[in-house]
Amino acid sequence: MEASRTLLAHHFRDLDQQREAQLAGMWIFLATEVLVFGVLFTGYTAYRTIYPEAFAAASQHLNLFIGGINTIVLLSSSLTMVLAVYATRAGRRRMQVACLVLTALLGTLFMVFKAAEYTIDYYDELVPGMKFNQQEWLAQRVNPREVQLFLMFYYIMTGLHALHLSIGIGLIGVQAVLAWRGRFSPANYMPVDLAGLYWHFVDVIWIFLLPLLYLVGTRTSLA
Amino acid sequence: MSTLVSPAPAPAPQPAAAPKNYLNVAYGLKSWLLTTDHKRIAILYLVTISLMFILGGLAASLIRMELITPDGNLVEAQTYNQLFSAHGIIMVWFFLIPSIPTVMGNFVIPMMIGARDLAFPRLNLASWYIFVLGAAVVLWTILRGGVDTGWTFYPPYSTSSSYTNVIPVAAGILISGFSSILTGLNFVVTVHRMRAPGMTWFRLPLFIWSLYATSIILILATPVLAMVLLLVAVERITGFGIFDPALNGDPLLFQHLFWFYSHPAVYIMVLPAMGVVSEVFPCFARKNIFGYRFVAFASVAIAVFGFLVWGHHMFVAGQSAYAAMTFSVLSYLVAVPSAIKVFNWTATLYKGSIAFDAPMLYAIGFIAMFTMGGLTGLFLACLGLDIHVHDTYFVIAHFHFIMVGGMVMGYMSALHFWWPKMTGRKYPEGWGRLAALTIFFGFLMTFLPQFLLGYEGMPRRYYHYPPEFQVLNVMSSAGATILGAGYVLPLLYLLWSLKYGKPAGPNPWGATGLEWQTRSPPPTDNFEVTPTVTTEPYNYSQEEVPRGG
Amino acid sequence: MFAEISLFPEQASTAARRVDALLAFMLSVSTLICLLIFGLIIVFSIKYRRRPGNEHPPRIAGSNTLETIWTAIPTVVGLVMFVWGVEVYLYIVRPPQDAMEVYVVAKQWMWKIQHPEGQREINELHVPVGQPVKVTLTSEDVIHNFSVPAFRMKIDVLPNRYVQTWFQATKTGRYHLFCSQYCGVSHSGMVGTVVVMKPEQYQAWLTSHAEGSIALEGRKLFLKYQCVSCHSADSFARAPVLEGLYGHEVRLQDGRTVLADAAYIRKSIFNPDADIVAGFEPIMPSFQGQITEEELLKLIAFIKALGPGQTPKRIDQSLPPVAEPKAKQPAQPKPSQGGAPKPPARESPKPAFGAGPKPPANAGPRP
Repeated sequence: MEASRTLLAHHFRDLDQQREAQLAGMWIFLATEVLVFGVLFTGYTAYRTIYPEAFAAASQHLNLFIGGINTIVLLSSSLTMVLAVYATRAGRRRMQVACLVLTALLGTLFMVFKAAEYTIDYYDELVPGMKFNQQEWLAQRVNPREVQLFLMFYYIMTGLHALHLSIGIGLIGVQAVLAWRGRFSPANYMPVDLAGLYWHFVDVIWIFLLPLLYLVGTRTSLA
Repeated sequence: MSTLVSPAPAPAPQPAAAPKNYLNVAYGLKSWLLTTDHKRIAILYLVTISLMFILGGLAASLIRMELITPDGNLVEAQTYNQLFSAHGIIMVWFFLIPSIPTVMGNFVIPMMIGARDLAFPRLNLASWYIFVLGAAVVLWTILRGGVDTGWTFYPPYSTSSSYTNVIPVAAGILISGFSSILTGLNFVVTVHRMRAPGMTWFRLPLFIWSLYATSIILILATPVLAMVLLLVAVERITGFGIFDPALNGDPLLFQHLFWFYSHPAVYIMVLPAMGVVSEVFPCFARKNIFGYRFVAFASVAIAVFGFLVWGHHMFVAGQSAYAAMTFSVLSYLVAVPSAIKVFNWTATLYKGSIAFDAPMLYAIGFIAMFTMGGLTGLFLACLGLDIHVHDTYFVIAHFHFIMVGGMVMGYMSALHFWWPKMTGRKYPEGWGRLAALTIFFGFLMTFLPQFLLGYEGMPRRYYHYPPEFQVLNVMSSAGATILGAGYVLPLLYLLWSLKYGKPAGPNPWGATGLEWQTRSPPPTDNFEVTPTVTTEPYNYSQEEVPRGG
Repeated sequence: MFAEISLFPEQASTAARRVDALLAFMLSVSTLICLLIFGLIIVFSIKYRRRPGNEHPPRIAGSNTLETIWTAIPTVVGLVMFVWGVEVYLYIVRPPQDAMEVYVVAKQWMWKIQHPEGQREINELHVPVGQPVKVTLTSEDVIHNFSVPAFRMKIDVLPNRYVQTWFQATKTGRYHLFCSQYCGVSHSGMVGTVVVMKPEQYQAWLTSHAEGSIALEGRKLFLKYQCVSCHSADSFARAPVLEGLYGHEVRLQDGRTVLADAAYIRKSIFNPDADIVAGFEPIMPSFQGQITEEELLKLIAFIKALGPGQTPKRIDQSLPPVAEPKAKQPAQPKPSQGGAPKPPARESPKPAFGAGPKPPANAGPRP
């Protein structure tokens, strides 16, 4: 069915050049994403340096239990993604489809848990502007405004990550459907490879986010 | 003969028909709006940014008209604030940053390296659409009043105090930022992966080196801007401080993040213009460039060092003296590669055979203005002086010397240089030279008085000022009128030349470079046969490069 | 428009000279570089213009020597500029120990300035010449910038934070104060004046003319308690003119001569019948119980600083009195005096007080 499609775009000399160009493009795109998140990491680090106690206190109210589960989920999804790429290059279509579907499912599971976590955060009164208890923090001798600063960064960083993850899930989902229709093959594996790169990047961002946000100071409980 | 394209095998006899080029290979709106040909996309960009330049220039005209008198009597204070904000935003993001890369870069890069197109043609088209979307959002918002925060959006004013449309404008800029990023990405991958056989790094034209360095900055700096604007929007919407000191935020954090992008941004603007000069000088002096490797490395050095100096915009903002000193010394170091380039260009003229066509006049003008602008940058990098001239007209004069006297003249040089290639027509040379001189003198008259005004202490963004500053302001506004007239001239005669200009052959300037080895206008695939490169660039002295048509 | 033109700002501070010297250096070096480059370009353009016989230039790839030279020299020149700039910068940002303090609060769109003893100004800053002044600034809302070009001084003023800078004025005069960080609609209107005065004038201003100075507060009380209705500038009025009173001798009715010091003034206000000035009726009511001790001190400060021609006019707006004066209106004579409500005019103006005995009044009831 896909034999009639030429893989080689007309402006490339050969498939090798095309693949190298595509890979280079994706890596550069990921570099720009590093810079995007870098702004948030920089701002967060700046404030954490000036408000260490408030940030530590606020961090300990985050739900590390769900955060931990989500980390396992995401790391597993990276495994399934790698397997999907392998399966594509090896021509194993059923494995390819299964792994892509699993990756998308695991990603969606992450989002579900994240939504649950946000809901719990709401009930824990950790949402500035919507539900937040100033007195509770004042009683602990922590400046509530500094806590709100931490929480702003928490929501923006995890929110931006979730946005990237959603795009990834959509991308993988579409590829799963295309894989089911036999679009990818050992010759035409690049799209899955590139999607894999993107997916791993999103995973790596989470690996940085988790300790940065959830593991400030010493905890006495998981949630 | 080695740089010339090997002739194609003799085609079968055909009735004499004009060979198809990228312009007449297909007609109709769809063929333009759905094109993936880098040359057509370049023309799309040309139309778009010309429009933005006109709009930004209109805002500038109103500003200069207001400043003829010391009192604010042409427009209201709020309108004036919206005008200078609109002028800055439009000119910076919708003209200066895209101009040479998206027009000349898109058109010429694949040809210069012997490729058929950029690495990602559809992404290229997407870049243009994203750019247009960003521009549309910003323009629509400006028509509804725009913003009054200045193009710099400093909080807490922009987040807590201004009642204007900060979020839509920020969104428009953010969108156009993605266009920049994708263009930069495209260029970098193209230069790395699509060079013709034999085109090693040190055989690349210096224009490519400049655009490569520009693209590195585009890729690494623009995401920072996108994020910073997003944070400003978040703070405005939620009312929670990231930068607002009333909420324990730090307005200086914004300044650091903003200038981390915005200083490299000015190198995004000027590096391509430098690349143009590196092409034009050898061509019109009929000599190879002096110190090729130094100029190439200087471009990269400017890009790298340019990331290290952002704090020089904040010397009086409240950073520590140690930070100030660090940024000051780094700012002096970043000036050195620019100086190296100026010396190399000047040395290229030595024992040359110099002709003064319009591209060359503009290029010489670039060097003069850029030298002056760059030297006044040293004044600003000087801590003791900057305290006095920060946020005055001295700064305005400095950056207009670089951006208008430098970058826009570089753009005009490029436009005239590659116009025959892009359109297959020659523009009227006499008018070209007249326009160049008008722009040169109009520019000097507009901005030289502003150095004096700045040292006097006249602050930026003032719409009324003490009466003793009036004479210099009137001179500046008079100059602006001449400058404006100078810009109208090329608009007219370039458009005229599209229909009535003399047809141009493949190489009217007798320039080296692969783009001149193909027809004017080029065919869609650029070359009949992929060229092979075996000689160094700018080999004017070795070869008799035929000056054809 | 052509009457006033300014091409170079005044040098009115110790920093200004240093900054201008630095400018001169930078200008000279820059001019040299420009002349060099432009000169070379012009010379080459003429000498090597294209003409028959000059159409085949030689190939000159470059010169490592030249590259080294023109890399090293700009680097060195730049570093010299950097070092000199740091020197001037450190002078500007390090206030000396003995600096006089001034506090500035910036707000959209005005400058509120306070002197240490409480004097307040809006959009004006009075300082003495030749005295280092340390300015501590903060903002109530957005980022502003306090800039005095004549002093070559500029600093961003941030909310939620104090910033400091200093200057020492070297010339008296009035100088522009600008806000130099865009702050909203009236950013161009957020301007003011720095008034540099001689030290004595500054002291005088500080004590009597500055809003919030104790003497100015006393003046307000002088009006509020309607002292001015008798103690006006009119020498024929029913009460002595008080200009220049403080520190001089006063001739009393009973022949004594006393020094008009703080105690005397206090007595005159609280117990006016005790020491009647020669030539005047004892008609002043007592203000004991109405004027507090603090207010009394302010009144004394006012009287102390009161110079010729400075008595407020009776048409001045004054706050209505907060309580009825316990004594009758000064216009009504005491019962012991009887007679007309107003003391008759005198033939010759009385000196408010004098070194010697007062000439006897021609008319008017005598106690």
